[in-house]
Amino acid sequence: MPLTNDIIKQKLEEHFPGQLTSFEEPYGLLTFEAPKDINLKVMQFLYDDPTLKFRFLTDLTGVHYPNRKGEELAVVYHLHNLVDNIRLRFKVFTDVNHPDVFTATSIFSSANWMERETFDFYGVNFVGHPNLKRILNVDEMDYFPMRKEFPLEDQTRADKDDAMFGRGGHIGI
Amino acid sequence: MARPVRFNVQAEADVKLVKEGPEGYAGEGFFATSLDKVVGLARANSMWPLPFATSCCGIEFMALMGSTYDFGRFGAERVGFSPRQCDVLMVMGTIAKKMGPVVKEVYLQMAEPRWVMAVGACASSGGIFDTYSVLQGIDQIIPVDVYVPGCPPRPEAIIDGFMKVQELVHNRETIRRRNSDRYTELMNSYGIQ
Amino acid sequence: MSEQIEQHQHVKLPEGSIEKTTTTLNMGPTHPATHGVFQNILELDGERIVSADSTVGYIHRAFEKIAERRPLYQITPLTDRLNYCSSPINNMGWHLTCEKLLGVKTPKRVDYLRVIIMELARISDHLICNSIVGVDAGAYTGFLYVMQYRELIYEIYEEICGSRLTTNIGRIGGFERNFTNTAFTKLEKFLREYPGVLKEFENMFMRNRIFLERTMGTGGISAERALNYGFTGPNLRATGVDYDVRVLQPYSSYEDFSFNVPVGSTGDNYDRWLVREQEMWESLGILKQAYEKIQSFKGADAEVFHADVPEYYLPKKEDVYTKMEALIWHFKIIMGEVEMPKGEVYHSVEGANGELGFYLISDGGRTPFRLHFRRPCFIYYQSYLELTKGSMLSDAVITMSSLNLIAGEMDA
Repeated sequence: MPLTNDIIKQKLEEHFPGQLTSFEEPYGLLTFEAPKDINLKVMQFLYDDPTLKFRFLTDLTGVHYPNRKGEELAVVYHLHNLVDNIRLRFKVFTDVNHPDVFTATSIFSSANWMERETFDFYGVNFVGHPNLKRILNVDEMDYFPMRKEFPLEDQTRADKDDAMFGRGGHIGI
Repeated sequence: MARPVRFNVQAEADVKLVKEGPEGYAGEGFFATSLDKVVGLARANSMWPLPFATSCCGIEFMALMGSTYDFGRFGAERVGFSPRQCDVLMVMGTIAKKMGPVVKEVYLQMAEPRWVMAVGACASSGGIFDTYSVLQGIDQIIPVDVYVPGCPPRPEAIIDGFMKVQELVHNRETIRRRNSDRYTELMNSYGIQ
Repeated sequence: MSEQIEQHQHVKLPEGSIEKTTTTLNMGPTHPATHGVFQNILELDGERIVSADSTVGYIHRAFEKIAERRPLYQITPLTDRLNYCSSPINNMGWHLTCEKLLGVKTPKRVDYLRVIIMELARISDHLICNSIVGVDAGAYTGFLYVMQYRELIYEIYEEICGSRLTTNIGRIGGFERNFTNTAFTKLEKFLREYPGVLKEFENMFMRNRIFLERTMGTGGISAERALNYGFTGPNLRATGVDYDVRVLQPYSSYEDFSFNVPVGSTGDNYDRWLVREQEMWESLGILKQAYEKIQSFKGADAEVFHADVPEYYLPKKEDVYTKMEALIWHFKIIMGEVEMPKGEVYHSVEGANGELGFYLISDGGRTPFRLHFRRPCFIYYQSYLELTKGSMLSDAVITMSSLNLIAGEMDA
């Protein structure tokens, strides 16, 4: 029987009863949310289960939702089952004041730098990561630039006229 | 409100298609001129560039080195990657703040006389990347002689910039530029001894 | 003998010196211009590499933050500068992502034109990669010879969109103008002349004893480790896994074309070179098929170059001057006030280096809420230590160039 989103959803709900929420299928891709303590267990289950076989981590990234109080930072995992050609996305939310999430490097080696990038941009602390330091920005940077409250532009620039160039750190202006 | 145009408003008098030689006294089998003109001529036609290529403009440099645009005919056939052996530092591509100290180190390692060409919009002024991580023009850290705009500039534009550097080397600078006041003042403003 | 050893142990070292058994070599951010800026600090035991510490981020330009400020079609120039050797593929991938989010369906002719552009870009990128592997092994001639045919590809881009390298080709729903007859003439010239050139280039390297000795058996990786490291594209296909996004999840009518996916066996440098070489032949085949399909459109169909979506694609000027709706859409598109539907979409295309993915979250405004690029170079560069551990320094150089690392894509 070919693997479909419904079978995946059913197996997940059997194995993790009541813990996984918000099952959606935007544009055909099964998406769900998991509490951050069981993110490794979910990934390990998806990896090991003989019918599910999600053995390829396509992408790991972070998103900042400033309006969801208590769960501002999200870590989004995209997994791919290469044999049956099904993709899957799941999200893990964490508080911006205690952004600790377990690292996925024990299951997928490709998560190493992707988690460093998420740390660099959002400040998500991956517990158990072998080398969690900044990767794309300068090491001395003391803030997390992709969070919504920080501006895009270089604040020290003197010769660009703010009105003409649309600067001001405001989204959508 | 429209801003008045400030640059490039005087048309060039006439475009010289063939470079004339320096002035001097010619005779049967000899040519006499002053030493700095000869040195300028020799230097201008054998500049060894250091292609400091970081991003897209570097690929246009590779196209420039190919046979269609042939950079070698300007004497720049031998590109070097060691700053100690090169005359002109061509910075091509975006320089991020992480890369800034590296560019400064490379510039300091170059021996006098040295010239710097900023190729592309990103090296000249930050380009389209007005962000927290991009250095808004390399002239914030090193003095630049020629800026070539474009994103990326066509190989012909890079050649035009290079010809302007050649003109600087040949005509407008004395041999001992490094001892002039203006030059030492410029270097001090960058904190370079 | 033992007295000599004891004497050696009593040698007094100067103050502050550290005793090490390995040499530290910095293959710093400014190594010869062809590769891009990233740094490898290697620990060498004689000639052999013991460990490698990679640093990236020397060209981090904050694309993802810039994209939160710009409407959708102003993000296309940003995607150009990701993998700048094959920028049309990035452009098309971005347009396909937008079309998925907005629900736009493109006509067949547009799809075939897109396939032509993408395959030309793929050939252009593989040419650079393979000739640079040659340059690193010492053969400069192949690079210069092949650059001339890249110039021909640049001329085709210039005919279509006006720019050589960072192309910004296409709009949401199609192209900005129909391909002119000159573009098709140049494409025919390319299809006629290029196979001979590729054959000559191949003859220089494929059975060359020196090249074989330099590249075979170095920088290899097994298929399981490669999958765990997130490899995609020619690097993964060289290890034996035939994962190609064009085949698995076809986009832009790739299912109408018949082509093979070349696969290697050991994943070493030679296999990667061969896979790229064979992919160039396959791309030529796809180009021929696409060109024939384009020529089979007759009459009014042959003039179609965009989908009929006035909300996202500028309407014709006659409509703008006569109809109210078209005027409103024209105004909204130019001012960047077009609103996207709420939702999140992930779409990926087969870039020259692997699966280039775009994860776009929209909250209903005029700019994306979050845009993330899944960049293949960034993901597979992590494996550099595993690829080069125990090998010699010269092999490390060839491994780095055969992985086709483009700094713009790595740092974004």
